[in-house]
Amino acid sequence: MVMENVLEVKNLSVEFYKGGKVIPALRDVSITLKKNEVLGIVGESGCGKSTLALSILKLIPEREGKVVSGKILFKGEELLSLSDKKLLKVRGDKISIIFQDPFTSLNPVFRVGNQIAESLALHRKENLSTHQKEKEIIELLELVKMPKPKDTMLAYPHQLSGGMQQRVMIAIALSSNPEVLIADEPTTALDVTIQKEILGLLTELQKKLGLSVVLITHDFGIVAQTCQRVSVMYAGSIVEEASTSEIFYSPLHPYTRGLLDSLPSREEPVGFSQREKRRLKAISGQVPDPSSLPSGCKFHPRCPIVIEKCKPEEPGLREIVENHWVRCIRAGEVV
Amino acid sequence: MSGIVSNQQPVTDATILKVEDLKKYFPVERGVFRRIVDYVRAVDGISFEIKKGEIFALVGESGCGKTTTAKLIVRLLEATGGKILFYGKDISSLRRTELARKIQIIFQDPFASLNPRLTIGTIIGEAVRHRLEAAGGKVNGREIVEKTRELLNKVGLPSNILNEYPHQFSGGQRQRIGIARALAMEPELIVADEPVSSLDISVQAQILNLLLDLRDSLGLSYVLIAHDLNVVRFLSDRIAVMYRGRIVETGSVEMVYEHTGHPYTKSLLEAIPTAEPQPTE
Repeated sequence: MVMENVLEVKNLSVEFYKGGKVIPALRDVSITLKKNEVLGIVGESGCGKSTLALSILKLIPEREGKVVSGKILFKGEELLSLSDKKLLKVRGDKISIIFQDPFTSLNPVFRVGNQIAESLALHRKENLSTHQKEKEIIELLELVKMPKPKDTMLAYPHQLSGGMQQRVMIAIALSSNPEVLIADEPTTALDVTIQKEILGLLTELQKKLGLSVVLITHDFGIVAQTCQRVSVMYAGSIVEEASTSEIFYSPLHPYTRGLLDSLPSREEPVGFSQREKRRLKAISGQVPDPSSLPSGCKFHPRCPIVIEKCKPEEPGLREIVENHWVRCIRAGEVV
Repeated sequence: MSGIVSNQQPVTDATILKVEDLKKYFPVERGVFRRIVDYVRAVDGISFEIKKGEIFALVGESGCGKTTTAKLIVRLLEATGGKILFYGKDISSLRRTELARKIQIIFQDPFASLNPRLTIGTIIGEAVRHRLEAAGGKVNGREIVEKTRELLNKVGLPSNILNEYPHQFSGGQRQRIGIARALAMEPELIVADEPVSSLDISVQAQILNLLLDLRDSLGLSYVLIAHDLNVVRFLSDRIAVMYRGRIVETGSVEMVYEHTGHPYTKSLLEAIPTAEPQPTE
């Protein structure tokens, strides 16, 4: 079955300007989101995953940075060259986004119902009567499984818990019937039990509404539970891309391997007598400062299998196994 | 860290810290006269014991009272009721400087917990000076610098950073600085309040290993406050699960994870997304 590409990012590079310095936030990033797919973007802080989300929707403040090169295609249509007016028809309408912190995303002085109504008014062509509007708001709140939707409609954001606020954000994001949902760390600010509920809700809605989702996270557990494909980012570029099971069971980039090895949950359970000696396999060093990236492969100063050839030139993405792309000159070698 | 000689301090039988029926109520005030209308029972009668050399974890979701408990143990807050005994001695009878030499705390946010105007040398050196003065005798500057360098080595930082400022360091490095500062007082017990939750995965593993290395080489005990149950399973020997200010379940790591008793603990454990992909349908 050939699946339609809903969203394509092609060789995107984004730079930020700060204190006279040029900071390359994204370098040659390409992703392809297919219809009905959940694509995970995973990486550590500063790797550019949130910048990617913002650039897709052209939400990067012009004063701070800009897209230097590359294309963003929504169903074949170039987004970057669109006028602001035309862009509004896509942003929020066809592509919605939810952010990490629901409390700062909601306006504290308006009732929840009004904030959903605002989105309805913006994105629906027909003028809705007050009665119709109320009906739709309640339907949306029911869709995100809000208990007592009628009461919630009249509540202010601070009267809701973090999980409930995130449900409202999802309701607003879905009010325009989007085709693509970008979720930027949607559960990072929430407790684990609430996180489970919200992720369950997102997965259910994705299937029910036929959404295509880009899920940005730093948590490999979330990726494993929700995504079909994964892109691993490091220092502004994608270092590995493959299906979720390939990433977890046969990772090829030393960074991905290092990350998975440093997860406490994947540590072999040790017997009580052995517990004294327990240690994690950590990656040495730290994430490079984006304003002074190392030469060649950006991971080489921390890489356990580095060779001289890694230092002068940055490797490109290569397809090592079918549909499994890796940015490492040693990938595919028997190590 | 390879520099540290490990002498494998086992968990001993000596009780280092005993918490008895500890309570902390925060008043809820209303109106212009700040009438107290109610109390928030942040910590509502909890008891536990920590053995020397043990890593004891308090886990739970936000608002369960785990951080309040941490603050009570180092007396950043005063308890409403109950007792905290350090080797049998009530900590409320100790002077603050005495307590600081016994129990230290590491905070969650390495950005907020270091004074941005002070150099690393001053941040750690101040604690070193306190410690040396308490030990008696005159203290000279060179001694402080030497001791500070030694501490930086212990936590895996270069010793030539004394004149640098906190903002020049990454989150993981700052957390190491915070640990060095805590170690400067030569405490026996360290309260670690979410020590790795603001760090990236690759750095998180380094700090967890460091905490274990220090436990082994210095014979420390830890009270670990954490919400990440994977970290807790890896790091701790015993666990107490908190819910709404109470401990609902306590036991060894094996007991709590493998033979979970309380339904709340069960739901917590089930909620952790495991890093194993689900079979595709």
